[in-house]
Amino acid sequence: MNRHVKTDAARTLAQSHFRTLRMGTPFQPRIDALALTNDWYNWAGYRAPHSLWDEELEYFAIRSQAALFDVSPMTKYRIEGPDAEAYLDRVTLRDVTRLKPGRVHYTAWCDDDGFVLDDGTLFRLSPTRFRLCSQERHLPWLLDSAIGYEISVEEETEAVAGLALQGPTSFAILREAGFAGVERLKIFDLAEFAHDGAAVTISRTGFTGDLGYELFVPADKALSLWDRLMAAGELRGIRAIGYAALNRARLEAGLIVTNADFTAAEHAIRADRLRMPDEIGLGFMIDPDKGHFNGRRAILEARTKKKLRHVLVGLEIEGNIPAEHAIVYYKKSQEVGLVSAAMWSPMAKRNIALASLRRPYGDTIVDDLWVEIYAMRELQYQKLMKKAKVVQRPFIRLDRRTASPPADF
Amino acid sequence: MTSSDLNWDAIVIGGGHNGLVAAATLAKSGRKVLLLEAGNEVGGAARTEEFAPGFRVSTVAHLLNRLHPDVVKTLELERHGLKVERGDLVPSVALSKDGPLVLHGAYGEVLTGTSPSEQSAWKDLRAQLLRYAGVLKPFLSRRPPDFAGMSLAEMAGLGQTALALKRLGREDMRDFLRVLLMNVYDLLDEQLSDDRLKGLLAFDATLGSHLGPRSPTSLLGLYYRLAGEIGGLAGAQVQPKGGMGAVVAAIRAAAEKAGVSIRPTSPVAKVIVEKGRAVGVVTQGGETLQAKIVVSAINPATTILDLVGPREVDTGFVRKVKNIRMKGDAAKLHLALDRPPQFSGVDAAGHKGRLVVAPSPDHVERAFNPSKYGDFSPEPVMEITLPSLADPSLAPFGACVLSAVVQYAPYALREGWGAGKPRFLKAIMAQLETYAPGIGATVSHAELLTPADIEARYRMPGGHWHHGELQADQMLMSRPVSGWSGYDTPLEGLFLAGAGSHSGGGISGAPGLNAARRIIAMRG
Repeated sequence: MNRHVKTDAARTLAQSHFRTLRMGTPFQPRIDALALTNDWYNWAGYRAPHSLWDEELEYFAIRSQAALFDVSPMTKYRIEGPDAEAYLDRVTLRDVTRLKPGRVHYTAWCDDDGFVLDDGTLFRLSPTRFRLCSQERHLPWLLDSAIGYEISVEEETEAVAGLALQGPTSFAILREAGFAGVERLKIFDLAEFAHDGAAVTISRTGFTGDLGYELFVPADKALSLWDRLMAAGELRGIRAIGYAALNRARLEAGLIVTNADFTAAEHAIRADRLRMPDEIGLGFMIDPDKGHFNGRRAILEARTKKKLRHVLVGLEIEGNIPAEHAIVYYKKSQEVGLVSAAMWSPMAKRNIALASLRRPYGDTIVDDLWVEIYAMRELQYQKLMKKAKVVQRPFIRLDRRTASPPADF
Repeated sequence: MTSSDLNWDAIVIGGGHNGLVAAATLAKSGRKVLLLEAGNEVGGAARTEEFAPGFRVSTVAHLLNRLHPDVVKTLELERHGLKVERGDLVPSVALSKDGPLVLHGAYGEVLTGTSPSEQSAWKDLRAQLLRYAGVLKPFLSRRPPDFAGMSLAEMAGLGQTALALKRLGREDMRDFLRVLLMNVYDLLDEQLSDDRLKGLLAFDATLGSHLGPRSPTSLLGLYYRLAGEIGGLAGAQVQPKGGMGAVVAAIRAAAEKAGVSIRPTSPVAKVIVEKGRAVGVVTQGGETLQAKIVVSAINPATTILDLVGPREVDTGFVRKVKNIRMKGDAAKLHLALDRPPQFSGVDAAGHKGRLVVAPSPDHVERAFNPSKYGDFSPEPVMEITLPSLADPSLAPFGACVLSAVVQYAPYALREGWGAGKPRFLKAIMAQLETYAPGIGATVSHAELLTPADIEARYRMPGGHWHHGELQADQMLMSRPVSGWSGYDTPLEGLFLAGAGSHSGGGISGAPGLNAARRIIAMRG
């Protein structure tokens, strides 16, 4: 079952990994050439751009043009075998038996106690072949979960390069690039297309709440794919972007990030940091009527015994000062939670935030909530107590995200 | 009406003694209980079987030293034919080339064959060992403490232990805590000087586990042994008349009296799980049997990984279950002898007792060493009984049965037991010949059960009679796995009741009784 075990030669080769403290992705030569700000951060061991030229304009490339974002550092697992569907149905929360080949769904997975290990996207490439993408690494968990199933689990993070092409002109660019038939992809569809003597998997997915696609190719075809898209997108405003811009777009879309908006169970040291799906807005994924899945007993018990202690909510905060990491109060005095992400949303024209609150606040008590924002003004904090309102997520809804056929901008 | 038309209150899987105790206790509470046994007869590792024409022997467990008094009482075993009298207690004889040393009565109430100063040292040590084992004793007959969600009754139980500790007095309590996780070798060195006595105690502490006397925590094994009692006497041992099968017959009679339906030759293929709940079983014969609860008194790993299947439980739980260490290290020898053997220097009473070949703690440690690397002991240690001396019905007239537990015999023998078994038998016979010259010539039949044989014959994975190493990390709230030590499982309606659960193996019936009590308390 442990087919991930490397041969001795490969192991020896991998032993010098520590000499490269930040790996480059297969797109690194192109990204380095565009990295005018040299503003890097560490994404799962990779050197990834926080911004490339201008954070603000990079964000607007997502919303007004097309943005190209390197998602290669995302952890990718290839799960294959006759039991792959049953296996993933047991490992992850959502009902995998209802995920058809050629479709993608957003899901999450939990430990025995029902605490979330990670969230991610599951691509069904064929009846018996899947790709699971996530923020954190999970190979030992996935392999131990494979006991009793006829499947193989292989990490393919390095072998497969990934790009997100997001924004109103993204469809037109793919069409211009010659990916015939891409217009047939509805939201969460995927299909394979020919590229440079190999295949590229294109899915109509993304992390921006906008019209967009994600493309996966073998690492050695990465640069030619980049060039193909850049050439096709030249007149459609294609721009490479860094994470800061994407992070804004995802917040507007109301999407959460593991270890930013909640602490993954395997990372949490403090017991009260663990979160069940219902506590981070993922309760919709739970299907008590499907077959057994990891954490089922604990999750259902927490529901029946009312043991859920937190809730993740969207907030709209008065004013225009982002409330990042602000404390949330009830009646301006009682501490009830923390903002994990916040921004002034240019699209929603609202001051928005994601926050984790201690129930019943944010659950049954949603009035009289306040956030205390510490605004640093020339080496002095200006403390602002601002009213916060619990609002629906996503904060913006763009018809073009789901329109079929996709609009031609 | 056949049994499959019935809806059972409880199905018990496995007719070993714990399964029988659990079934009988549940049936006595008014439940309709079906017990399914895979083999031709119940009893599991507590059977009396014929191993050569006319020769019968207790095939795995051969000494009764810990049948729990609550089991005897709850099931009224004395009414069902179990008889233990003071006169049945047998001594332990430490064999040595320097002449034997004998522990009389209940674990050496009187010690003979050594110096007065050693006798006096033993008197003190014995009292201390029994005091300390007594602190742990209350744990045997209840669920392990669950600090997360303890009931009032459980809290009170723990309070009793705290009280027992306090009753020791300050100095004793400190010493108890000091030695609790010690190795037996060092403790014996502190207090005794006679190698034969130390060897015997070192052997008893490590019997049935993958530990040598010098392994950390090996003293716990001795406490476990001494927490057992027979006829109200801690540390006592008897050779039951008719062999261990007679004990099981009494439990079986109690179970049948209580209304348990017992079905032999009905191996279970599968536990049926519906929405996280065990609702019945499917036999290997293909019959589906429904029940309100399922109680598995077989190996915990077999139960979860084979009968339930990893798909019905969570990954973390599967991980824990797979990590239960259960590779046996003890073999069982049965010899059919033409006439009773004569162990040098041992009197008639001694021959009816337990004869231990473990001449020094170093000898036991040396015997252990090779097993760490997958080899058997070239000079094995062993405990020998001659059951036909007390119960002549076990052998043809004038002949004799020898039964011995022999260590160390690693389950995964490097050379494989196919090649290793005859060589190991030779090594054992060489030891026997040393202490009972001429015995080899009287052997008409020899049966050696390696852990691999025990696994195959008695469905004990790893051939481990505790169904999981009984060491500190696999005891109490960590038995069979942490988080699920109270006989419950992550599946509603599925309970574990075998030796793999607290309090462990040996013919005690405690896991079976505790599990049944748990179920009754839950109104399961």
